[in-house]
Amino acid sequence: MRFEGTNTYVATPDLMLAVNAAITLQRPLLIKGEPGTGKTMLAEEVAGALGVPLLQWHIKSTTKAQQGLYEYDAVSRLRDSQLGDEKVKDIANYIVKGVLWQAFEQGKPSVILIDEVDKADIEFPNDLLRELDRMEFHVYETRQTIRAAVRPIVIITSNNEKELPDAFLRRCFFHYIKFPDKETMGRIVDVHFPKLKQNLLREAMEVFFELREVPGMKKKPSTSELLDWLKLLVAEDIPPEALRSKDRKTVVPPLAGALLKNEQDVHLFERLVFMARQNR
Amino acid sequence: MLIDFFLHLKAKKLPVSTREFLTLLEALKEHVAGNSIDDFYFLARTCLVKDETHYDKFDQAFGEYFKGVTKLPGLDADIPEEWLKMLMKKHLTPEEKAKLEKLGWDKLMEEFKKRLEEQKERHAGGSKWIGTGGSSPFGHGGYHPEGIRIGGESAGNRTAIKVWENREYRNLDDTVELGTRNIKIALRRLRRFAREGAEDELDLDGTIAGTARNAGWLDIRMRPERHNKVKVLLFLDIGGSMDDHIKVCEELFSAAKSEFKHLEYYYFHNCIYDYVWKDNRRRHGERFPLWDVMHKYGEDYKVVVVGDATMSPYEILQPGGSVEYSNEEAGAVWLQRMLDTWPRAVWLNPEPERLWDYRHSIELVRTIFNNRMFPLTLAGLERAMRELNK
Repeated sequence: MRFEGTNTYVATPDLMLAVNAAITLQRPLLIKGEPGTGKTMLAEEVAGALGVPLLQWHIKSTTKAQQGLYEYDAVSRLRDSQLGDEKVKDIANYIVKGVLWQAFEQGKPSVILIDEVDKADIEFPNDLLRELDRMEFHVYETRQTIRAAVRPIVIITSNNEKELPDAFLRRCFFHYIKFPDKETMGRIVDVHFPKLKQNLLREAMEVFFELREVPGMKKKPSTSELLDWLKLLVAEDIPPEALRSKDRKTVVPPLAGALLKNEQDVHLFERLVFMARQNR
Repeated sequence: MLIDFFLHLKAKKLPVSTREFLTLLEALKEHVAGNSIDDFYFLARTCLVKDETHYDKFDQAFGEYFKGVTKLPGLDADIPEEWLKMLMKKHLTPEEKAKLEKLGWDKLMEEFKKRLEEQKERHAGGSKWIGTGGSSPFGHGGYHPEGIRIGGESAGNRTAIKVWENREYRNLDDTVELGTRNIKIALRRLRRFAREGAEDELDLDGTIAGTARNAGWLDIRMRPERHNKVKVLLFLDIGGSMDDHIKVCEELFSAAKSEFKHLEYYYFHNCIYDYVWKDNRRRHGERFPLWDVMHKYGEDYKVVVVGDATMSPYEILQPGGSVEYSNEEAGAVWLQRMLDTWPRAVWLNPEPERLWDYRHSIELVRTIFNNRMFPLTLAGLERAMRELNK
């Protein structure tokens, strides 16, 4: 199994190498990068390209490591026992399987996405060390050990809100998705809008990269915002000339709302435009 | 093999471990990457470096190390000979291999060196480097970093060497490596667990009591789970006399960042006045009024100020005493205001405790902080955390 990028996802050579290393050596792959650089998409695309099922586990601040393995629903068992339900005699009826369990019992390769692992509590990654290392865990309630016949491909994303423990990092491959340069970005846009007029694209990209250079921006526009903006430009049929006015520093680009998501940024940008006009 | 490379990274203070090194070797064995140095660079990075803040350090170390390879003939001690031999053999044709056998390794290296010198001149003359490849056993030496750089890639074909030579990740390297375990343990004293948020845990005692009161009908009680809810606000003195203490401050910061869920930090210079800032590069463009900070973070935040408190007493006592601008109110007023907003506060001082008595400004700050000043050592940190927990 090798991953070579797909029709809908442009992977740089270093990213492909990291994915392939994780596939070959069967270790988890930790992906970091600016928001909107396609971290979550990667798992979907890897699963799609390899033709294996994708199991997603989205982490929230309240997520516990145990929930990925299984949960014992004691409350409903207690309630059932009050009602004299027959089900209550078998504890297995109250074990709810988590994402890792589901992946382990596939019996064929699969991709597990553990999305935004940094959202969870500090102890979360440590609690999963052994499970991800050995790909097995023990169910105390039913006294059985669940073991993966075929080790799944594990892709973990992080937004860097918290640092991850060293012991966890040591077991992973790591890749930082750098913000794409102009050329890679051109390929990404090509993949999403194959028919986009060449010069509209060029002009739009220049506006976009200039916007990213504005200092003090709270949230720099990212790839996904560029794609949204292009979608709008195409839908509104904006001519390329509108983007490149004679004095481009003095005009707010059309439909800029798709690129700037923060009112402080919009203000900042308008102020800069205003100042540029004054200086003319 | 590659052990020298690994040790070189270690010497350059990259936090690499044996386990990761073995993973890299395993990956090489499984032929995950091709044979070019670019692929090797990416593979080594993905195996050994686990934080983008270390990418820059890695780029430098890698560049240094594999530049060393070009100097091979002069410096046999430092160079991993097997590695180079292996790398070269991979790219040689059978005839060349035969020639290599005939020449012997030492002879080859000598010639290699000669060729290199020649090559440099020729490059200066404007002719191409890789072109000589066809006839010489060193032709494919183009894979070594020097060669690629001089050779000039075709446009648009981005190679790794450009990545490590450009040091694109320089900006990310703003934290210290994780040699900070002791500090983390000390900070852990500050953890305080409390029940807050969604009710998702069964309260067994409450349920039994409730059920009993219901004459046996089940009355399930839930309660929120325990969380570490300590909130920390960190103020860091930066610049001037603090330059001597940068390392220990970085370590503290890096440890605190991973230890607390709610950690906010601001910078100041010498003493805290009306403004603090978050980004030292834009400290004049992007400042936060201290009033706003006081309003934003409630009194449940614990405040840790890190600074040497070494300045002229006027900077604390006089309005307009700041070295940077004319402040309307004296530093002491602002410090007192902070303590009123956040009663739980400590001052950590990187200067040794025995010097404190000799500096008037330290004495002043200490009085304002009600003696809650502690040295920035492990022991001092523990005392400070105990004080904050009172």
